[in-house]
Amino acid sequence: MSPETPAGNVWPIWEVFVRSSRGLSHVHAGSLHAPDAAMALRNARDLYTRRNEGVSIWVVPAEAIASSDPDAKGAFFESPQGKDYRHATYYTKSEGVKHL
Amino acid sequence: MSTLPETTTEETTHDGGHGDISVGVATAGTSGDATASATRITPGNALRPEDIALAVSRGTAKPSEDVAEFALRLGDDALILAQRLGHWISRAPELEEDIALGNIALDQLGHARSFLSYAGGLNGKSEDDLAYFRSEDEFRSIELFEQPNGDFAVTIARQFVVSYYQFELYSRLTKSTDATLAGIAAKAVKEVDYHRDHSAQWVLRLALGTDESRRRMIHGFKVIWPYVDELFRDDDLTARLTAAGAAVEPSSLRADFDRLTGEVLAEAELEFPQVPAALGGGRQGKHSEHLGYMLAEMQVLARQHPGASW
Repeated sequence: MSPETPAGNVWPIWEVFVRSSRGLSHVHAGSLHAPDAAMALRNARDLYTRRNEGVSIWVVPAEAIASSDPDAKGAFFESPQGKDYRHATYYTKSEGVKHL
Repeated sequence: MSTLPETTTEETTHDGGHGDISVGVATAGTSGDATASATRITPGNALRPEDIALAVSRGTAKPSEDVAEFALRLGDDALILAQRLGHWISRAPELEEDIALGNIALDQLGHARSFLSYAGGLNGKSEDDLAYFRSEDEFRSIELFEQPNGDFAVTIARQFVVSYYQFELYSRLTKSTDATLAGIAAKAVKEVDYHRDHSAQWVLRLALGTDESRRRMIHGFKVIWPYVDELFRDDDLTARLTAAGAAVEPSSLRADFDRLTGEVLAEAELEFPQVPAALGGGRQGKHSEHLGYMLAEMQVLARQHPGASW
């Protein structure tokens, strides 16, 4: 899981996810360079939790993340546009149903 | 014996240039909503140098003469190291390491501010009075702390020794009969624990990395090791403070220091350098030629513009 430092002495990039408190999700905070996973965690601590932002950190090699193609926005994200019925708010509430 | 102020008292900040932080309890957590950001910012809640300065000015915390001298020693150690480490910012091998060393420098500076605020309580001096308006022979720091940065490996070797020493010292000081020393140590020991980890990680990586990095790590330890001895020397002051339960004899830290640093060195396939100990004398104000230059740079602004703040 730990990418080797490639030739040319450039450390690989890691994406950093920080959870700010118990019960919340880890949120992407940014990225950094590090020679390996252990140092990436420590660098993340130094860079992204300097103001009490977190209680937990994940680091992921950037190359391990597959991302959608920005040029394929249409094909990827057009479909839900205009399909209101996919949202719960579209429906009228039946009489007598509480706590909805 | 001094007593510390309740850190939870509602207190408007005194006029010390820190008006952006009020003394009190930090806001607890977030509301837990879906928009909670990854960058929640709270100052947290810990003993701050300002709290100590306040307690000193009110007379609720006043060090004995011995305790003040001891606090001055530890404060000077941390201050001089912070100044040295600060030099790495913008010069470290990688941007991330700039920040790592900068963070360690800021931790050390925080410890220095607390110790010096407390030490100054003896004669009504502020942390700034002590940091900027004492001359070289009035500094009580051990020679190790003023050693030049050298290359990255020398800095790591110095940091490694300092962190393991400070961890042993502060973890014992948390039980000091002097409440303020115990309070400063309790905050500092957790931070120093991280400094240990940071420097040990780098010792391993440099020692087990390339031929060049290993050569430099070995050289770094060789340069730094003569100054290790002075850290563990007892004197009349430490004897009196130990008898009073306020501190411990430096020599009593040596066994744990040797054992724990030895474990890391063994893992790094290195040996303790066999070098004669330097003379030392920092606790009496005798310093190497390096300190004067450092102080000139560190103090020039405060001496040119006394009382300046921003």
